[in-house]
Amino acid sequence: MSIRRPAVDDLQPKNFIFNKINTKKIDKILSNYPKEKKASALLPLLDLAQRQHDNWVPTAAMKCISDILSVPLIKVLEVATFYTMFNLEPVGKNLLQVCTTTPCWLRGSDDIVSTCKNKLGIDFGETSKDNNFTLLEVECLGACSNAPMVQINDDFYEDLNKDSMLKIIEDLQKGNKPKPGPQSKRLGSEPINIKAKLK
Amino acid sequence: MISKKNIIFDNIHGFNLSDIDSCTKRGDWSNTKSLINKGAEWIINEVKSSELRGRGGAGFPTGLKWSFMPKEKNKPHYIVINADESEPGTCKDREIMRNEPHKLIEGIFLAGYAMQSNHGFIYIRGEFVQEAKALEKAINEAYDKGYLGKDACKTGYSFDITLHRGAGAYICGEETALLESLEGKKGQPRLKPPFPANAGLYGCPTTVSNVETVAVVPTILRRGADWFSSIGNKNNTGTKLFCISGHVNSPCVVEEEMGITLKELLEVHAGGVNGGWDNLLAVIPGGSSTPLIPASICEDVVMDFDSLKNVGTGLGTAGVIVMDKSTDIIKAIWRLSKFYKHESCGQCTPCREGTGWVMRSMEKLIHGNANIKDIDILKNVCDQIEGHTICALGDAAAWPVQGLIKHFRHEIENRINNYKVLKVAE
Repeated sequence: MSIRRPAVDDLQPKNFIFNKINTKKIDKILSNYPKEKKASALLPLLDLAQRQHDNWVPTAAMKCISDILSVPLIKVLEVATFYTMFNLEPVGKNLLQVCTTTPCWLRGSDDIVSTCKNKLGIDFGETSKDNNFTLLEVECLGACSNAPMVQINDDFYEDLNKDSMLKIIEDLQKGNKPKPGPQSKRLGSEPINIKAKLK
Repeated sequence: MISKKNIIFDNIHGFNLSDIDSCTKRGDWSNTKSLINKGAEWIINEVKSSELRGRGGAGFPTGLKWSFMPKEKNKPHYIVINADESEPGTCKDREIMRNEPHKLIEGIFLAGYAMQSNHGFIYIRGEFVQEAKALEKAINEAYDKGYLGKDACKTGYSFDITLHRGAGAYICGEETALLESLEGKKGQPRLKPPFPANAGLYGCPTTVSNVETVAVVPTILRRGADWFSSIGNKNNTGTKLFCISGHVNSPCVVEEEMGITLKELLEVHAGGVNGGWDNLLAVIPGGSSTPLIPASICEDVVMDFDSLKNVGTGLGTAGVIVMDKSTDIIKAIWRLSKFYKHESCGQCTPCREGTGWVMRSMEKLIHGNANIKDIDILKNVCDQIEGHTICALGDAAAWPVQGLIKHFRHEIENRINNYKVLKVAE
């Protein structure tokens, strides 16, 4: 279990409302579940709120969702603190999550961790001064045949080594988005020589 | 080695397109209506006689599980697909969802029809954002073609599929935790009974099946149960996706026949162990929960449910984690203990407290800063967790450590003794 709490009051915005586009999306989301089971939309709505609000969920958003779904606020808080993908305090523009679970560790995630920490000058759980990066250590992300790997916002970067990790960070620092997926010559999770084999 | 004609997932590596037209050309959705017209009972019987066992880890016979659903329908029936792939070492469902999405979607329709369900949910782990997009696109394509919806595949049967994203909790891969999460709650497993087939999602009859299990069903129905059961060994039939990670020259996801030897699997597909077979230390054969096996057992072990069970481990999700002789095996297992400590939902005391206890004890053993009797205490703690919790996460946390103590006790003892010598020297 990990203990997670909402951000301190100073960081919390007073109000939160869903914007027009997201309000429409909410109608679509609610239509996926039986009418009397609106609570099922809790995870999707928290995700929507997080995407609208600079990648973190303020308490005001939980209140707003609690009203929309007629779910007690304490239940929304329970859920938001239980699931680790909901950021409960502000994060940098690039949320860099390094997987260090055994399959990644066996293939050198220690190097990836030190590369990230040194290049960004921050430790796990910290955000860079320019607010560009937040660095997190995460558990298995399910791309073990492409280890080591990191997730940056919505994308996986796989088959990493020190050099490719450095290059990804440098690209992001310049404001460019590096190409997601394996940073090796592979397309996905095929054996290295399979293309040759097929011919 | 698998012959080309027996391969089910021919686009598993995504070398070809995964849009509905390309998938249809490869055979998906080709005669769904005629399969449906053979009836629900026929579908379940075919799955039963194919001897397909669940691909999510437990290996329960799929046809039997599906037949537990009530025959009369007083309430809605649901089929829920477990796509919360989070077991360390496992990355197969991801490949199905992004490269073979229509095998899964067609499978859900067929399975749903067989269980009198009109609504299927796919619960996908939250981190798989791109995979969720790929699936969403595929689901929309299927609606556009009329394969899903009010008159799915012109059968007169109404069938809908909803994609539901999780938000980062390993425990939601446990079927009842998944259902709780789908209902908008914390993912804490339910007490069983009642089993989901009687009271699952929203209290209605529900079957939860793994992505790979359901995705192979259309092919089984097309090619026949006999074809599927002719591959592999008795009670361990068919083909299987193996995810190979760790110290091999070419980690990969590949489809192979059940019953391939571990050695062949690693040498043919994964380019062999780093530094050669003799450099192998141990293998975790079925995802992080399954106990490791040392190189001596790896030599001729066969990769199927029963063979691996006979050597004290399991096929699990077929996530094969390979460790060569350079590995600090205690640290490798400690990292798994840390994983389970992080992922325990906190509901049952033995798991919530025990996983932390195990992790801290293992941490000491990495350096050898412990006494020989601590090994037995650790073993005892693991035995106290195993079987004393609502769900299998407690067991899963205990097994890797029990496996380590069983096969590498000498290594732990050496480290403790060396640490003592070092301390005295200081």
